Parts: sequence; structure tokens; C-alpha cells
Amino acid sequence: MSIVNIRQGSTRLVDTKKVHLRGALYVAEARTRAMMKWFWMILAIAVANPALYLISVGIGLGGLIDKNVGSAGIDGVKYLTFLAPALLAQAAIQSAMDETVYPTIEGFKWYKVFYSMNSTPLSGGQISLGVFLTALFRTVYTVILYFLVMWFFGALDSPRAWLAIPTAIFAGVSFGALMQAVAAKLENENIFFVVLGRFIMMPLFLFSGTFFPLTSMPFFLQWIGWISPLWHATELGRYLTYGHEISSSMVLIHFAVLITMLVAGLYLSARIFTKRLAK
Amino acid sequence: MSEFLISARGLTKKFGDFVAVNGIDFDVRKGESFGLLGPNGAGKSTTMRIIGATSQRDAGTITILGKDPEKHGPQIRAHLGVVPQQDSLDMQLTVVENLYIYGRYFGLPRKFVKGKIEELLTFAQLEEKRDAKVETLSGGMKRRLTIARALVSEPEILMLDEPTTGLDPQARHILWDRLFRLKEQGVTLVITTHFMDEAEQLCDRLIVMDKGNIMAEGSPASLIKDYSTKEVLEVRFGSDRNQEVADKLRSMCERTEELPDRILMYTEDGETLLEQIYAADLHPKTSLVRRSSLEDVFLRLTGRTLIE
Repeated sequence: MSIVNIRQGSTRLVDTKKVHLRGALYVAEARTRAMMKWFWMILAIAVANPALYLISVGIGLGGLIDKNVGSAGIDGVKYLTFLAPALLAQAAIQSAMDETVYPTIEGFKWYKVFYSMNSTPLSGGQISLGVFLTALFRTVYTVILYFLVMWFFGALDSPRAWLAIPTAIFAGVSFGALMQAVAAKLENENIFFVVLGRFIMMPLFLFSGTFFPLTSMPFFLQWIGWISPLWHATELGRYLTYGHEISSSMVLIHFAVLITMLVAGLYLSARIFTKRLAK
Repeated sequence: MSEFLISARGLTKKFGDFVAVNGIDFDVRKGESFGLLGPNGAGKSTTMRIIGATSQRDAGTITILGKDPEKHGPQIRAHLGVVPQQDSLDMQLTVVENLYIYGRYFGLPRKFVKGKIEELLTFAQLEEKRDAKVETLSGGMKRRLTIARALVSEPEILMLDEPTTGLDPQARHILWDRLFRLKEQGVTLVITTHFMDEAEQLCDRLIVMDKGNIMAEGSPASLIKDYSTKEVLEVRFGSDRNQEVADKLRSMCERTEELPDRILMYTEDGETLLEQIYAADLHPKTSLVRRSSLEDVFLRLTGRTLIE
């Protein structure tokens, strides 16, 4: 018989209290399943990206720099040691952004899956948080893989190098949360992608003290670093991994900026999701 | 709980200055199949989103399953099955995965959902496509999957927004058959459509909407009886002559409607009327006698056709 049983008991089994508590996890579960369809792609990016950077910039450029500055090093250490926390944070930012921006636009505009999620007991805030948690998961995965590749290339000569893992993840999710809020607000994504790639991601990568200390930049360009999660995370990463000298008040400021970005991003994103779904 | 699953009074929704739903009243009884018929932009989908407890009203009252959606959104949504106008399936996931994740959104136990999926695949005739990615399915299959998805929680009310728009005739008939079976089982259906044949096939009772207002309410048969004649004679004289003969035709029957390409003549007996036209030495290029439909009701009420 091809008739579906409509009184089998899920009316009793439907559990709004459970959804209220765990809704974001259900969304994350669904998002993770979708992400896993790209497993090999994500793995390839996560491994190839650091491998290429370490060979070209780390070994090529690094070798040249180390030879010229001699034992003084950059910031007192080998170039690769200096560079590692920044590269790690950059990878975290990229993957967190991929996993917040695209699914958010897809959910609101391309396939409108958020609307069908919202026709269940799930709330806009839970959907927003679920997307974010999936991005967090991917960021952790990417950063750990990146770290392993660095280790493989012998790019880690500080015993505390692993401390750059949490700072990188921190940078990634802070930026990801903000970008998720921006993406949720978008009506026209085409212009956004052009702006994001050329005028946000690229300058952030180049002007955040990634390849050289921010202070070597003329002062009027340093503001880019100040608003960049990449710079704050990199400074923290350098401080933790090899003892890069910063004052304790700066340590606090770096933390505060990243936390503020994260909290503001999560709050705004939840609000914008809720509003847009209720339109 | 009262006999009404949904009860709305003075329901109003505005988007800026635009009034999408203009103070409408309606009730939906348990087990009935209730339709909202009207052209695009009539306010049907907006009304559906308010019933679906996702969009909030600006004025008036509404209770769904005895609760106010403003205060109990998630509790109401827990017992609704929603089939939106656009399928909004997760294209990257398979058929089974789509059903599974949706069941989880209701807090249903994994084991229960897994059993339920088998039943739903049979219902939607998608057994062979169970592990196919959704993006590879045809339009009709996607639509059936969306309906199956809405049934995963065994909802009290199944809401369908334009269920067959964009489907070919065969796919529509398969879908109507599935919906008819649900109706037979006593599922309460709320359907919006701009197809009069769909409304006639599926709805026990319907409201005719236009520009945010309810124009009429009743069963398809009673609406036709109240607002139209038994038969309609459609005649075409060619676009140049239609205007010319219109005055003569008007005096020959109860009422006429002049459309750009043809003239509709409302009468109890179409064949006899046609004979009279020939007797008056008017020779239409084509003629057709048919029974009145909801399309005629809508034309009478608004002066416009449903699909423009």
C-alpha cells in the first residue's frame, strides 16, 4: 500500500523542548553532511595551500631573507618561524569565510533552504548558529592539517609552535562570524564577491604584518592591520610561539578585538537571520 | 480544542505602504481541504506564511491549533507540514538525507526517522532515487520529495503553496493523486493555487482572493452556482469583429465577458444559444460550449482572468 501512515505517533515524538536546546546542532549536522560531499576538495585545499606557500615563500623567500639578515633573524627568529602563525591564521580566515559566506547566501537566495528550516520548530538564531558551528568545525580541521604540513616541512622550530593553532582558529571564527552577518544582509552577491576578494581579503592578507612586521609599513597604512583580525591573531601567535615582544596591555587589546568581532558577528548574524526569515 | 484548526479575524499584513493582506476572516475545520484561490500577488502566499508561523501579522488575530503564532511560533510549526512555493531542498544532499535532516529538525529520534523514510519513499514513489542527489531529480520528483519531507513529522495540517505550478500535466496528475490520498486519510490540507482545475479537484471549500481581500467563499460547486451560470458559450469572431458583434450578443444571454480574443456568454443552455446566434445571421469563426468553472467565478468577481 502506498499510503503514508500519518498517525503513527510522531505527533507525540515531535519534541520542541529538545529542538529548543539542540536546534543549532541539528543545523550543523545537516551542514556538515553537505560539506562532506566536498570532502576531497576540502582536504586537497587544506593540504595543497600550505604546501605551496611553504615551498615558495617559506623556503624560497625565507632562505634568501635568512641568508641576508644572518643570525639576527626577523624579529629575532628564522623567517619561517616568524611567518608560520600568520599563514596559519590566514588559512583559518579563508576556510571560516568559505563556510559562512557561501552557505548563508545559498540558504537565503540560491536554494532558500533556510526558509524550509525555519518552517520547522527551528528559529532564525539557531540556523545562524548552526552555520557558524559548521564553519568552526571546518576551521579547526583546516588549521590542524595546515599545522601538520608545516611540521612535515620542518617549518616549526619553536617548541611552543602549537600555540598558534588556537589563535589562528580564533581569528578565523571572528572574521567568519562578521562575514556571515554581512552575507545574511546581502541582496546582490555578485558585487560583494568582487569587493570581498579584491578589496577586503587581498589587502588584509598583504597589509596585516603577515610577511613583515606591521611597523615596517608607513604609518598611514598601518590602520589596515589594526582592524584586521589577521594582524591581531598573528601578533598573539608570535607572542605565544616564540616570545615576540608585546606589552601585556597589547595582549589584552588583541584578545579584546577578536572577542568583540566574534560576539558582534554572532549577535548581528542571529538578528539578521531572524529578521530576514520573518519578512 | 475547538472544531477550527485555524481561525483568523481581520488578518492584515503590510509591506511598507503596500497592503498584502487586507483584514481577512476565515476558518479552517479539522479534516477539510481548504483552498486559497487567486492570481499572483493576491496575498495567498503571505497568508500562508502567517499561518505557517514564520511571518507575523500587522493587525487582527489568528489562532493556529489553538495558539497565537506571535507567542508560540516553534510550538505551532512543530505540528505543521509546509510545502513552500519553491522546493528549497538541500541540493547537495541525497533524497534520503533530505528527509533525514528534516526529521531531525523536529527533534524526532533517529530510529523513528529512519523507519519513516522508507514509508515516505514509497508514498512519493522515489524508492529508486533514494541515494540520488536532489539536483539530479526531475521537477515532479523534487515536488513529491518536498511533500514527503513535510509529512515526516505527521503534521496536523499540511500546507501547500502552489503545489503543481511549473509541472507538466502528467506530473501534476501524479501529485494530485498523492494529495487526494492524504485527504482521504483525513489530513487537513491548506492549498493555495491559481489553477481553477486544481482548486476544483482538491478543495472542499475555498476563498477567492484578489488584492489582499476575500471576494467570495464556499465550495467549488456552490461558488459556481452562486456566481455563474450552468454553461458558458465561448465564441470568436476574430479580433476585429468581436467588438462589433458584442452589443448584439449581450442582449441574447444573461451576461457576457469580452476578452481580447473571445467573448464568453453565460447561459443555462449553450447549444440553444449557439443556434440563436446562427439564426441571427452571426457566424463565429469558432465556438465552444462548456460548463462553468471557477475561472468564470473569478472573472465575474474581479473582471479579470486568473492567469494574466
